[in-house]
Amino acid sequence: MSNLAVLPIVIPLIASVISAFIPKKLGLSRFIAKLFAIIFLVYAGYLAWVVFTDGIIVMQASGWAAPFGISIVADYLSVTLVLITSILTTAAVFYAPSSLSQLQESYYFYTFMFLMISGVVGAFLTGDLFNLFVFFEVLLMASYGLIVLGGGKVQLRESLKYVLFNVFSSMLFVTTIGFIYASVGTVNMAHLAERIQEAEQAGILTGLAVLLFFVFAIKAAIFPLYYWLPNSYIVPNPVVSALFGALLTKVGIYSILRVFTLIFNHDIGITHEIFTWLAIFTMLFGVIGALSTQNVKLIVTYNIIPAIGFILMGISLYSSAGIEGSVYYLVHDMIIKAALFFLVGALVVAAGTDDLRKMGGLITRYPVLGWLFFIGSLVLAGVPPFSGFIGKILLLRGSLEQEEILLTVAALITSLLILYSMIRIFVRGFWGDTVEGLPEGQNKKVRHLTIPAAVLLAISIFIGIGAEFIYPHVETIANMLLDRAEYINAVLRE
Amino acid sequence: MKNYNDLILRTMTQLIAFILLGFSVYLFFAGHNSPGGGFIGGLMTAAAFILMYITYGFDNMSKVLPINFRAVLTIGLLVATLSGIGAFVFGEPFLTQTFGYFNLPIMGETELATAMIFDLGVYLTVVGVTMTIILTIATDQKEDSQEQAGM
Repeated sequence: MSNLAVLPIVIPLIASVISAFIPKKLGLSRFIAKLFAIIFLVYAGYLAWVVFTDGIIVMQASGWAAPFGISIVADYLSVTLVLITSILTTAAVFYAPSSLSQLQESYYFYTFMFLMISGVVGAFLTGDLFNLFVFFEVLLMASYGLIVLGGGKVQLRESLKYVLFNVFSSMLFVTTIGFIYASVGTVNMAHLAERIQEAEQAGILTGLAVLLFFVFAIKAAIFPLYYWLPNSYIVPNPVVSALFGALLTKVGIYSILRVFTLIFNHDIGITHEIFTWLAIFTMLFGVIGALSTQNVKLIVTYNIIPAIGFILMGISLYSSAGIEGSVYYLVHDMIIKAALFFLVGALVVAAGTDDLRKMGGLITRYPVLGWLFFIGSLVLAGVPPFSGFIGKILLLRGSLEQEEILLTVAALITSLLILYSMIRIFVRGFWGDTVEGLPEGQNKKVRHLTIPAAVLLAISIFIGIGAEFIYPHVETIANMLLDRAEYINAVLRE
Repeated sequence: MKNYNDLILRTMTQLIAFILLGFSVYLFFAGHNSPGGGFIGGLMTAAAFILMYITYGFDNMSKVLPINFRAVLTIGLLVATLSGIGAFVFGEPFLTQTFGYFNLPIMGETELATAMIFDLGVYLTVVGVTMTIILTIATDQKEDSQEQAGM
């Protein structure tokens, strides 16, 4: 039974290895990628169902009991995120053939993509701080491969920044883990939670917590450490940008959510107060970035940053409404970001440029794309009844409960500005007079690019409208995160 | 390469490469119980190969060792993954290993561990990765370099 928990890591890994054998046979590797993505999707759905009905599943690798061995923990939060990851993988696999050139596809695109997915899923599932580092490395290695796919000059320049930033943060990460191991003598998360509770997070431990937050903040692109993100996320192909935007920063914020609810939660006055201020700045500066540019890809990329701010806002509140809001927003944002990146990829193909000033009147030729983009903008901004709204209302309620007026106001202003930044694309790009010199004969390609985005958008709308169905699950997740005992007992006592 | 007076290098390589390869095999088999293992064994094998590449040149070595190192890398990954999954068949957790004692001809009673299979995967992966990286860097001025076309 316990092996159920590890299969979501193994399935993409096998897909990655198999597609590495046949990079040049595109037809076959596409088929294998689609096949494995669907197997992964079905399996992730099954695992989520099992975990939500029967409780947390723990796999102790090689049969070594925790805290001596490595634990893989499929708890409610991880399986939910694994399920979302599998949905995005499937969408990406169907989007990729139309988006990438054949040459790019044949240079191990599927290998790197599945390897990255394996790392992301591993980071979600692992119950061990050192293993979290290992899976971060796995996904980063693969992402280095993806970011230079195509080998443009800009890509190489941006990938250098990306690699340097990430190597630095990985170095800091492993150093921090060393410090933590030296001070409490374990790296198993559940065991850490117990020991740090016994030590009442005294002295150096809070300092280590902030250091660890710093590491995750670089990965999650929290103010003031988001400098590397916008430019390095727009240079790769849209399908790669979508996976990066939807998964990589979310792994960082997931780690913050996990570590600062499970382990370092005894000195909220310091850690979570820092989060509050950083959340405010992350939201405002991110959305200002989105307003500052005319590049459509850059607008969507900058919108990743305020979303991270919203999730951090919920973590900083550390109340049930706050954590529920964070989880809801996390789930919502992973899907809608991927959908919007897909749509922007299609938009750039349709308009032949990513400069908003050179677009116009695209709605006459691509009505479906236009309206999907409009709905996507509303979902992202959190207009009721879509999914962004439910997450935001939980966050705002939590924030008002604790009378964090500044935080509430910042969140509301940010939401409004997000809507403005996205609608600007719709108004300038789709409305108005048709611009001369739009590329011809792209209809078929744009249609192929629109379908996966439409499916993701439909799921996103379901998360909003079907809140009655989703919300109890989010509540279960938040209760587990705040209570901790269920997680710790599942890892250490069974 | 051909015009060098590299008699010393050639003579020493014949000896050193042989020792390196032998020692790498020893390290690989020592791996699961004592210092050594697939990783270090793989690195040492790759070191021996690279020494031979330096001494005899790329063209000669491509004829002597017609190995596609990228395939070696992928096979290694596959072997390592499958050895982990093998535990599923026996209902054990992922990566569980076991060992036993067998009477082999010539060797006598020998300990055989399933960790060897995983180690073999690591060994192949390390040889594959190291050789791919170094040969890619070493040959990127050539027209036949495959990496340049798409990367």
